[in-house]
Amino acid sequence: MAQSSFLNFITKEFKHIFRDTRTLLIVLVMPVIQLLIFGFVISSEIKNANYAVLDYSNDYLTKRLVQRISSSGYFNFKGYLNSYGEIEKVFKNGDAKLVLIIGNNFSQKLQNDRFANYQVVTDASDPNTASILASYVQGIVNSFTTEYFGLTRQKERVSVQSRMLYNEEMNSAFMFVPGTMVLILMLVTAMMTSISITREKELGTMEILLVSPLKPWQIVVGKVIPYIGIAFTNVLVIILMGYTVFHLPLRGNMLLLLGVSSLFILLALSLGILISTLSKSQAVAMFISMFALMLPTILLSGFIFPIENMPKLLQWLSLIMPPRWFLSALKTIMIKGQGFQYVLKEVMVMIAMTLVFIGLSIKKFKVRLE
Amino acid sequence: MKNVIEVENLVKKFGSFVAVNNLTFTVGKGEIFGLLGANGAGKTTTIRMLCGLLSPTSGKISVAGYDAYTQPEQIRANIGYMSQKFSLYSDLTVWENIRFFGGIYGLWGKALKGRALELVEDFKMHDFKDIMVESLPVGWRQRISLAVSLVHKPPVIFLDEPTSGVDPVARRMFWETIHHISSLGTTVIVTTHYMDEAEYCHTALVMVDGKIGALGKPGELKQKYVVETMNELFLSLARNGNTKS
Amino acid sequence: MPAIQVTNLSKSYGEVKALSDVCLSVETGEMYGLIGPDGAGKTTLIRIIATLLLPDGGNARVLGLDTVSQYKELRGEIGYMPAVFSLYSDLTVQENLNFFAGIFGTTVKENYDLIKGVYHMLEPFKDRPAGKLSGGMKQKLALSCALIHRPKVLILDEPTTGVDAVSRMELWNLLHEIKNQGITIFVSTAYMDEAKQCDRVALIQKGTILGVNTPEGFAHMFPYKLFAVYASDIWKHSDAIRRLNACETAYMFGHSLHFATKSSNENADSLGQILKSIGIDAVVKEIDAGIEDYFIYQLSEK
Repeated sequence: MAQSSFLNFITKEFKHIFRDTRTLLIVLVMPVIQLLIFGFVISSEIKNANYAVLDYSNDYLTKRLVQRISSSGYFNFKGYLNSYGEIEKVFKNGDAKLVLIIGNNFSQKLQNDRFANYQVVTDASDPNTASILASYVQGIVNSFTTEYFGLTRQKERVSVQSRMLYNEEMNSAFMFVPGTMVLILMLVTAMMTSISITREKELGTMEILLVSPLKPWQIVVGKVIPYIGIAFTNVLVIILMGYTVFHLPLRGNMLLLLGVSSLFILLALSLGILISTLSKSQAVAMFISMFALMLPTILLSGFIFPIENMPKLLQWLSLIMPPRWFLSALKTIMIKGQGFQYVLKEVMVMIAMTLVFIGLSIKKFKVRLE
Repeated sequence: MKNVIEVENLVKKFGSFVAVNNLTFTVGKGEIFGLLGANGAGKTTTIRMLCGLLSPTSGKISVAGYDAYTQPEQIRANIGYMSQKFSLYSDLTVWENIRFFGGIYGLWGKALKGRALELVEDFKMHDFKDIMVESLPVGWRQRISLAVSLVHKPPVIFLDEPTSGVDPVARRMFWETIHHISSLGTTVIVTTHYMDEAEYCHTALVMVDGKIGALGKPGELKQKYVVETMNELFLSLARNGNTKS
Repeated sequence: MPAIQVTNLSKSYGEVKALSDVCLSVETGEMYGLIGPDGAGKTTLIRIIATLLLPDGGNARVLGLDTVSQYKELRGEIGYMPAVFSLYSDLTVQENLNFFAGIFGTTVKENYDLIKGVYHMLEPFKDRPAGKLSGGMKQKLALSCALIHRPKVLILDEPTTGVDAVSRMELWNLLHEIKNQGITIFVSTAYMDEAKQCDRVALIQKGTILGVNTPEGFAHMFPYKLFAVYASDIWKHSDAIRRLNACETAYMFGHSLHFATKSSNENADSLGQILKSIGIDAVVKEIDAGIEDYFIYQLSEK
């Protein structure tokens, strides 16, 4: 009976999903929209950043430099400032996100001393954007000076230089595609399964399923299989969109990428099942999912705030956050294009976490009511 | 008796479906009026229109002297409503519940306290007015719900299956309370699935397919249809109707 | 071997005692009613019998199998219909039936003869989502789903609650048909008047069984003389009547008041005189007690 009864169960689960517009929107449409929103908000922010210039030299060369920055495609020139004091004003009014300060006798100093001062001031209320913008400007200034004064020794050129490792094209898709993927997999698999299992408890249908000859694992597996399928579809859609819409180069091994994603889907599912065994109602499941899954995914996984910049305590806390490991593996594979041996640690941690969650779920699953 | 509710040629359509079809009846002051019918016969729709929650397709309704089309607000302020599902706050005491619902109807200060004391007196609730509602038996909760629905002294009160699941003694005590408030002049509209309770009403209206199946005093109806109990009357009327689906 | 054997069963939820020392025995092929108001412990007892709850003390055996230790063998032999509508409202009537047949490893076709009575009534709506059925139809669908695997024992928790009188009658007729197929039925209800549908009835209140008997048998257990009093405006007089010395209990039953008295020398005439003396002009008849009279007697004793 197992075979047909199982198929029966899965068919029914798909019907639930496809008949409920809300669920359908969450699992299939929302991922696409979320990706597009993240994508366009972040990249438009960086493409059209306003900037102002405080130019103490005000010579031919600095004017060319400003022109170069403005024509880079990332910046909108908003005008010259007259004094240092005005910087705060333009930030406060939101007129500019970055101010370039050029020191005295810029071209002369460069020509004679092979050294000139400039300073980049950014509005760091959005630190990610700020640091990206700052490095863009530095990059432009460097290439500009190189062009005009020929190759010179590094230290003679500029005082500061930073380089965005693995992302020299400044492609922001690297930032949000993996992050969005983690967020969506958490949402679709962990949250939706925990809600769909608790819904049966709330409806009372769980009572009937329990008194049937179905074994508990059959009930649970039958309920989660459709979500595995949907989550996997989401992975493919996100990768495909990243590639086509956001020009994310796929460097790593595709099979490895899909394998690691599948592992994370299992991990998120086991977490969802665990949540469902702990909650009696959909509302509770939703609440736990929001606080135990969504917030840590957004805040502690390194998706938005770099883990290295966190206080030590939060860094430790992030170690037990499943999304952190997946995100790290994703970046290693997708962006650095590295192979299995580089994500071994992440894979092991995720396998261990999955086993723990499944073990706990088995222990907590009730074959009776309370 | 002065009529508190007047309904004339009342019709309610949902699309092409006629839920209530040409209903005409009146209810006098202090009358206990039982609204009976199979599921889907139009009871709920009728009650919602009487409460001013649903506007009729055509026909005339006046409740406590107010017109359902133009004065639904005034109707809502002048009726009490209690249903099986409408529950009290189980983590508040009886007294707190009464005061809270009194507050909703704009009572406060001395007036609120006075009215609350009056209800405690009327419903003999002295002994447990400071008890948490959750620790009271179902039968008592129903009576407290009734008391709460009377907090603003409405001339009309609607009781939707008020005794569902209540034990036989508490059910009868509840009905004695209903007769008591009716004798004080409150008009009571009540629905029930217990057919023996239909006999407790002054007037019974049995709805069949949105229409009047039978209307009159229970005793007279039983004579007219030559049946022993209201249950038989109900079954024979409903069987002739077509209230399936 | 009885189909259901419950011995000294007790269950508490924290401080609240839901069942205390419940014993009952249901014969194979019997229609057994469990009657009591909300909160009496009906659902708790039914859930323990259906293997869904663990008792604190005592045990329950269904078909000779222990509901705690042998629950795996037992599940599948019983059909269970919970008190709340527990089908998938987004699936159609047909899909619900197929699904529940599927999880029991059977098909609608295989057991068609058993459910054909109900199925016949459901057929016109078979493509309608279960959530859009009327209350009566929902219960009929739930009944079909509980029956679909041909259980030996059918356990129903308040199938007629919230259902109108016509659908209730139809549902009882269906239960009689099922019983005639040899299936043991254990059914709970809050409606006293449904007792007459059962072979035997257990009355339950506050977790205690007040008595078990055939519906007619309760009359013999009623210890007092019982009279029906007919008078106009009798509601006004109930308090005065209760204050009479002869009165044990007095409650409305339909359009008459049931008057119970301990004194055996009272008869219809003498009671009529007593009532007249307090200004009530009444017709009095001596009657047999029904199950509800017995229940009220038991409640008033406590």
